[in-house]
Amino acid sequence: MRRAVTATRILLGALLTTLREIFDEAAYSRFLSRTQMRSSPAAYAAFRHEFEEAKARRPKCC
Amino acid sequence: MLDGIGTEHEEQGMKNTLSTLVWLGLAILGAAAVGVVAVHRGEPINALWLVVAATCCYAFGYRFYSKFIAAKILALDALRATPAERLENGRDFLVTNKWVVFGHHFAAIAGPGPLVGPVLAAQFGYLPGTLWVLAGAVFAGCVQDFVILLFSVRRDGKSLTEMAKEEIGPVGGFVAYVAVIAILVILLGVAALIVVNALKDSPWGTFTIAMTIPIALLMGLYLRRIRPGKVLEVSVIGFILVLLAIWGGKWASLNPDVAHIFSLSGPTLAILIIVYGFAASALPVWLLLAPRDYLSTFVKLGTIALLGIGIVALHPTLHMPALTRFVDGTGPVFAGKIFPFAFITIACGAISGFHSLISSGTTPKLIARETETRIVGYGAMMAESAVAVMAIIAACVLQPGIYFAINSPAGVVGSTATAATATISGWGFPVTAADMQALAHAVGEQTLFNRTGGAPAFAVGMARIFSQSLGGETVMALWYHFAVMFEALFILTILDAGTRVARFMIQDALSHIYKPLGRTSWYPSILATSALVVAAWGYFLWQGVKDPLGGINSLWPLFGIANQLLATVALCVATTIIIKMHRAKYAAVTLLPLLWLVAVTFTASWHKVFDPSPRIGFLAQAHALAAGPATAATARLIFNNRLDAAVTAILVVMVALVLIESARQWIGVLTGGEEVRVKETPFVMTRLAEERG
Repeated sequence: MRRAVTATRILLGALLTTLREIFDEAAYSRFLSRTQMRSSPAAYAAFRHEFEEAKARRPKCC
Repeated sequence: MLDGIGTEHEEQGMKNTLSTLVWLGLAILGAAAVGVVAVHRGEPINALWLVVAATCCYAFGYRFYSKFIAAKILALDALRATPAERLENGRDFLVTNKWVVFGHHFAAIAGPGPLVGPVLAAQFGYLPGTLWVLAGAVFAGCVQDFVILLFSVRRDGKSLTEMAKEEIGPVGGFVAYVAVIAILVILLGVAALIVVNALKDSPWGTFTIAMTIPIALLMGLYLRRIRPGKVLEVSVIGFILVLLAIWGGKWASLNPDVAHIFSLSGPTLAILIIVYGFAASALPVWLLLAPRDYLSTFVKLGTIALLGIGIVALHPTLHMPALTRFVDGTGPVFAGKIFPFAFITIACGAISGFHSLISSGTTPKLIARETETRIVGYGAMMAESAVAVMAIIAACVLQPGIYFAINSPAGVVGSTATAATATISGWGFPVTAADMQALAHAVGEQTLFNRTGGAPAFAVGMARIFSQSLGGETVMALWYHFAVMFEALFILTILDAGTRVARFMIQDALSHIYKPLGRTSWYPSILATSALVVAAWGYFLWQGVKDPLGGINSLWPLFGIANQLLATVALCVATTIIIKMHRAKYAAVTLLPLLWLVAVTFTASWHKVFDPSPRIGFLAQAHALAAGPATAATARLIFNNRLDAAVTAILVVMVALVLIESARQWIGVLTGGEEVRVKETPFVMTRLAEERG
């Protein structure tokens, strides 16, 4: 039982981590820690500004 | 001591025996399932046979074939530092968990292609598409994605264009660049046409999709001003608002005044989408593109998972026969025989050249260890192939008469319900006007006749599967419009992002002529290049909307040819590198898929340009139009057909040049006449192994 709970917790943790990466939340966290900024509209604007060049150039398949 | 070693040996022996038995069992099960799918005729079969056949093929492909490639050809080295480690900058280059990279990669490669292509190819029956999706993915598509990803990882994450230039020569680089632009433009035109065909005269669908624009703007403002960076949170809010918009669509369709506003013709929708594409390309990313991208990804991942569960739980019966009479090339959805047309119609679920751009784009910069390229490159493509199998099932659960009534253009079956049902019933697929009216009523549409493009048929199939699992017939209309919204949202995201990517590529190229044109923040350049890209795909869209045969008949094969020609370039690059790595005896792993694609694409191109049937050959259609009675549109239709023929011919000639250049390299290396220089980054020992202890 305990093993099943641990496995479920690991699975959900991995899923959440993956979703946070796909949806760029983790990238924003890394940006905040790298620039020593607190989350704010200005910080998010700076993040998007830096991120846009790379993100907007990513191709997406058909 | 000796006893301990003996026990260990026994345990290992037991494990090996058990493993052999499991794989033997899977082999028997897989062979039985593929056998049933391939040889069963007459009675309908259960969709679970396709699911079991696919699962076993993927399991064997991954366990044995990809392992063989990894060990014998690529020699994956877990101790070699990847660019994500050596060049880590916290932005593009970043050491990332392999499952996270898998998610990223899958989200980028899985577009509407694996949903639409298999639905269109279902006109041949379920068998050709299923066999091509399974064999194509295991032996070609997964291999291409895997080897290109690894070769890019070993070259600091270089793009396919750069690798083609370095390994084959300047011709390779130039052709890859032109092929990418051509594919983007044709893809965007076809994708927009699919949306137009799904939404024309559909107030419910149009209202729902129109509402996603203010929802995306609201999400953008929320992310920027209210809760910066909380993307998952705002995506959930956006998803709930979209569900409300679907529900609101019913109200819109029942209210005559509102329904009138949202009942739009094909040309009107085409103009609106062209204007939207230009605005999305020129507006700041954070306002519309990024939030829509997040919303689309959220809906996409959820819906694919839900569809998979629905198919397994409900295991519906496939009503489409294994093979239809249209294997002779007279199909109403698109003209042409199984070979070569089934193999260019289904690209993304089997092999897609576009994937090589992603395998040599963002993904190689995130890989932590070389050994992870196997699960990400080969594994993610298998998942995409599984999506294509789901699309085949969704199309084939429909009664064939209904499938053909939805997917056939008025130019082939007639423009009235009576004429269409008589034509289709005459083919041996009985359907009545009353059946179609009842189905249209059940899904909340005025009519389902002549809804070409694949998306409406997929939506009806998906709604049928969902409604039988959850909610019954009473909620079928909601599921149908959920499916239409899902596909249209998906496609509009590709339009947004694709227009912008093509704009950047053109700006990069123009910067060599005049520097400021390359600046992505200089508005004159942004507006000019956006207009250029939108005009290019808008032209193909307009051509498709005005085409009496529905547009898909000529544009989807053109897109398929362009996409598979890019795969040909990618496989040329891969084969060249394998030969240069002194693994020539294994070169067949990429050479055989390459030869197959050359046979498919060159034959398809020949037919599309020179076939004497006006339904297949562009020039024959132009000739037939010229010989027929002249109307106001005749001159333009003739020009369109000649242009399509010219585009096809130019692409084929360019890829032939890459093939010749590659073959020259291979012969040079194998005969010792050419100096062998593989342009890999020198080996650097990873530090990650030490950190992990």
